[in-house]
Amino acid sequence: MRSDILAIILGMAAVTFLTRFGAQLAFRGTGIPAWLGRWLRHVPTGILTALIAPSLLLPQGRLDLTWHNPYLLAGLVAALAAWRFGSVPVTMGIGMATILLLRLW
Amino acid sequence: MTVNTADLHRGVRDALPILLGVVPFGATFGIVGLTVGLTPLETVLMSLAVFAGAAQFISVTMLGMGVADFTLIVLTTLLINLRHLLMGASLAPYLTRLPLARQALLAFVMVDESYAVTMDRIARHGYSDSHQLGASAALYVAWFLATVAGVLLGEYIPDPLAWGLDFALPATFLAMLVPRLATPASLAVCLVAAVVAVAAALLLPGKWYILLAALAATLVGGLLEPSPDKEAKA
Repeated sequence: MRSDILAIILGMAAVTFLTRFGAQLAFRGTGIPAWLGRWLRHVPTGILTALIAPSLLLPQGRLDLTWHNPYLLAGLVAALAAWRFGSVPVTMGIGMATILLLRLW
Repeated sequence: MTVNTADLHRGVRDALPILLGVVPFGATFGIVGLTVGLTPLETVLMSLAVFAGAAQFISVTMLGMGVADFTLIVLTTLLINLRHLLMGASLAPYLTRLPLARQALLAFVMVDESYAVTMDRIARHGYSDSHQLGASAALYVAWFLATVAGVLLGEYIPDPLAWGLDFALPATFLAMLVPRLATPASLAVCLVAAVVAVAAALLLPGKWYILLAALAATLVGGLLEPSPDKEAKA
């Protein structure tokens, strides 16, 4: 193990831990203020959407809103499945089956 | 500190669908690590110590380009992972009640995927630290084993992301997102996040689009949210 690589790995680990623990440490004594809590309630929806949207709409790094984009089609099917069944494994299964079919087709 | 075994097992089970999407990425990371000249041990150690997919991929890419600058790589890692501050803040109301050591452990293993599983669990059944621990541990062990597999078997595996497995994560996240879209405010949050994420992903490098989209959408949500006295009636 080279020492410069080891130092880089440990430095990356330290700052990553800081980003994951910092917010809790900051609010440990005081708790989250009510106004901030109201805003933070929307973070999961924002993060989930931000993780999903580019992978469906920019599959090759370019905007593709056509029917030739299998990720967009499979995403619509998965969204319908999520709305109808409300189950994570079922939605995953239907989504994966759809993308595989679209790819083979 | 106690662990509720039933919740722990549920956490592991709830993380399983996501593993299908995470394992190919871990294996790919193992392969890429060797490709850029890291030793197998260095590659696996990075997965164990850092446990942050995007930051790991970008740092080994920089190492591969001959950039072995400590400050540059660590600073880039910090910027890529700033989004975790926002996730940590939204989990803080639940986490700050726990002993500090348990908080630190859960923070060390908090990634996008375990955050999503945990928020989904909160929405359906309420918070459980044992559940979060189970989901996080499953993802951590899977990330480690996938990296090992990539390092050991790399040359025999054709590109693991080429079979449509890269759709496993968006499909799982969709299943967690759709039940959240029950109010006009949350629909607006989703719409703003989608537009900002796509625009920022097109215009900016790296993972900035996640932080920007989440911030913009959260601001909109906070403005649309009814004030506390109206909430009490609803």
